[in-house]
Amino acid sequence: MNIIVCIKQVPETTEVRINPETNTLIREGVKSMINPFDMYAIEEGIRLKENLGGKTTVITMGPPQAESALRDAIAMGIDEAILLSDRAFAGSDTWATSYTLAKAIEKIKDFDLVICGKQASDGDTAQVGPGIASHLNLPQVTYVKKIEEIKEKTCRVQRMTEEGYEIIQAPLPALLTVVKEINTPRLPSLRGMMRAKQAKVLHWMTKDLDLNSEFIGLNGSPTQVVKIFTPPQRPSGKMLQGEPQEIAEKLVEIIKPELH
Amino acid sequence: MPIGIIIEKCTGCTLCIKVCPFDAIRIMDKKAVLDLDKCNLCGACVPACKFKAILLEKEEAKTKVNVSDYKGVWVFAEQKKGKVQPVAYELIAKARDLAATLGTEVAAVLLGDRLEEEIQELIWRGADKVYVVEKRELANFQDEPYTHILVELIKKYKPEIVLCGATSIGRSLISRVAVQIRAGLTADCTGLDIDPQKKILLQTRPAFGGNIMATIISPDYRPQMATVRHKVFAESVSDMKRKGKIIRENFDNALLASHTQLLDIIDEIEATVNMAEADIIVSGGRGMQAPENFKLIKDLAQVLGAAVGSSRAAVDSGWMPYSHQVGQTGRTVSPKIYIACGISGQIQHLVGMQSSKIIIAINKDPDAPIFKVANYGVVGDLFQILPLLTRKFQEVLKK
Repeated sequence: MNIIVCIKQVPETTEVRINPETNTLIREGVKSMINPFDMYAIEEGIRLKENLGGKTTVITMGPPQAESALRDAIAMGIDEAILLSDRAFAGSDTWATSYTLAKAIEKIKDFDLVICGKQASDGDTAQVGPGIASHLNLPQVTYVKKIEEIKEKTCRVQRMTEEGYEIIQAPLPALLTVVKEINTPRLPSLRGMMRAKQAKVLHWMTKDLDLNSEFIGLNGSPTQVVKIFTPPQRPSGKMLQGEPQEIAEKLVEIIKPELH
Repeated sequence: MPIGIIIEKCTGCTLCIKVCPFDAIRIMDKKAVLDLDKCNLCGACVPACKFKAILLEKEEAKTKVNVSDYKGVWVFAEQKKGKVQPVAYELIAKARDLAATLGTEVAAVLLGDRLEEEIQELIWRGADKVYVVEKRELANFQDEPYTHILVELIKKYKPEIVLCGATSIGRSLISRVAVQIRAGLTADCTGLDIDPQKKILLQTRPAFGGNIMATIISPDYRPQMATVRHKVFAESVSDMKRKGKIIRENFDNALLASHTQLLDIIDEIEATVNMAEADIIVSGGRGMQAPENFKLIKDLAQVLGAAVGSSRAAVDSGWMPYSHQVGQTGRTVSPKIYIACGISGQIQHLVGMQSSKIIIAINKDPDAPIFKVANYGVVGDLFQILPLLTRKFQEVLKK
């Protein structure tokens, strides 16, 4: 089973904060990491390969420094890594990003499964996974919380919904986006870390892919940002004092008007 | 490069540096200098510069769509088990505002099987038109047939705006559709407005875990597509006097085919009230101390008709199923009232619930970060307070 895992390098959101005095972003010391949801995608890919054989390939699009995210994935046990990095990709929205990733997957050609995290923690759009499937005309299942069964030509998975879950059967190749419940990602082994240091990461640029230049980067993106601003601050809260009885009464007064 | 600093205009005031999310601008010799390896061309610096010293030039699309051909505001009316989901009525309410500003009409798109009453309700709720496709194959959502049909409808009728709930269905479907149509799509909008001059949709959404808001446009492409989370807008009210037009569409069976097959739908018992649609969520964390204590949370939730939420800590300890987890790696919710019990309020939790209207926090640690976002804080013992609260509501609500 050949598996492609798409990942994104994101800032550690816990550290992207607003300085309330100057109302600006605090970026000092912001480290990068693999998008948390992609960790589950990587882990699932590695597990499937361990059980079924084959090869795992991790792929990311980003600035040159995104290579470190790929090496982290190799350290966990991914076999091969591809970095899509080119100035021409800068400014891509989810349409252009999913197009570029889809073209890279097309070039890899020999795959049974594409796995993505359900969304990235910085953009939160959940659009790139289905977008890739749409470009490649692949069947997709989003929000997968369990792979019940996987065979050569088909898989049966549980898809999380608001009320519970659905059981869906999909032919392969297919694209899955996964949620946290699917597994617990492993820590990299010492051997993995050694391998990650030495592993060769393929670097693909526009010239390496069969791209329509109208569909990439800033110019190929249907959407554009016109304004960025800080959200209104939450009003400062009120602490309720008193005996438990009094507090419960106060809370009833607060909650009651909102009930119908 | 499409971005550049006009040196003559730059005063070195550093305003651009403060808004750059990628740390890509420095001041050298009192002028701004771009680090192109870091710049992501996001454009945040352009409106921030008071001296118009930053130029970001986006080329016009070569294959242009004729924007004036596209009219009307559409709402994808998501249905489950034959019932239109409340988020559709929330979107219709907003669509009516947008359509009024644009001088156009609101249409709902309803795909499913045997939906007669729901069609009428969509009209009563504010749809001027309802496009209906009823087929057995469409009874339950499946990515491929729903995508094919929505794409065909959009191509045929050319709406200028398409809105869709940011639900597990909506987010899967609309991303596929936007790619097929080559339309701009903005996820999880919290604000939608019309630019009064350009008559385009201004889509505002949180980014970076809610720490920044971004306004996004898609001026050269149609339709302009956006998803919106539950509870961002209030539902439109049903008015039985409203009239509307029903347009039934029939499609070739080939468009109804699906590679994936839905084998079963399982509703989990604990999710009696769906968190996404709940007006109130009572949520418990590590401070609940043991799985059996979640009964206190569930009892209160039941009296209030609320959903039960949980922090990651409680899920990771195996006290609650993952489907109840609120936060960065769980669900994002914005109910009217969020009651956090024994939840310390790590940033990963806060990003999932800080857009709630009223946040009530009960925690024994006065320094817990949850109190920073809470409208009402209680430093105290939840094992005393929760049962009292449940009992009081039982009394109050009986009357």
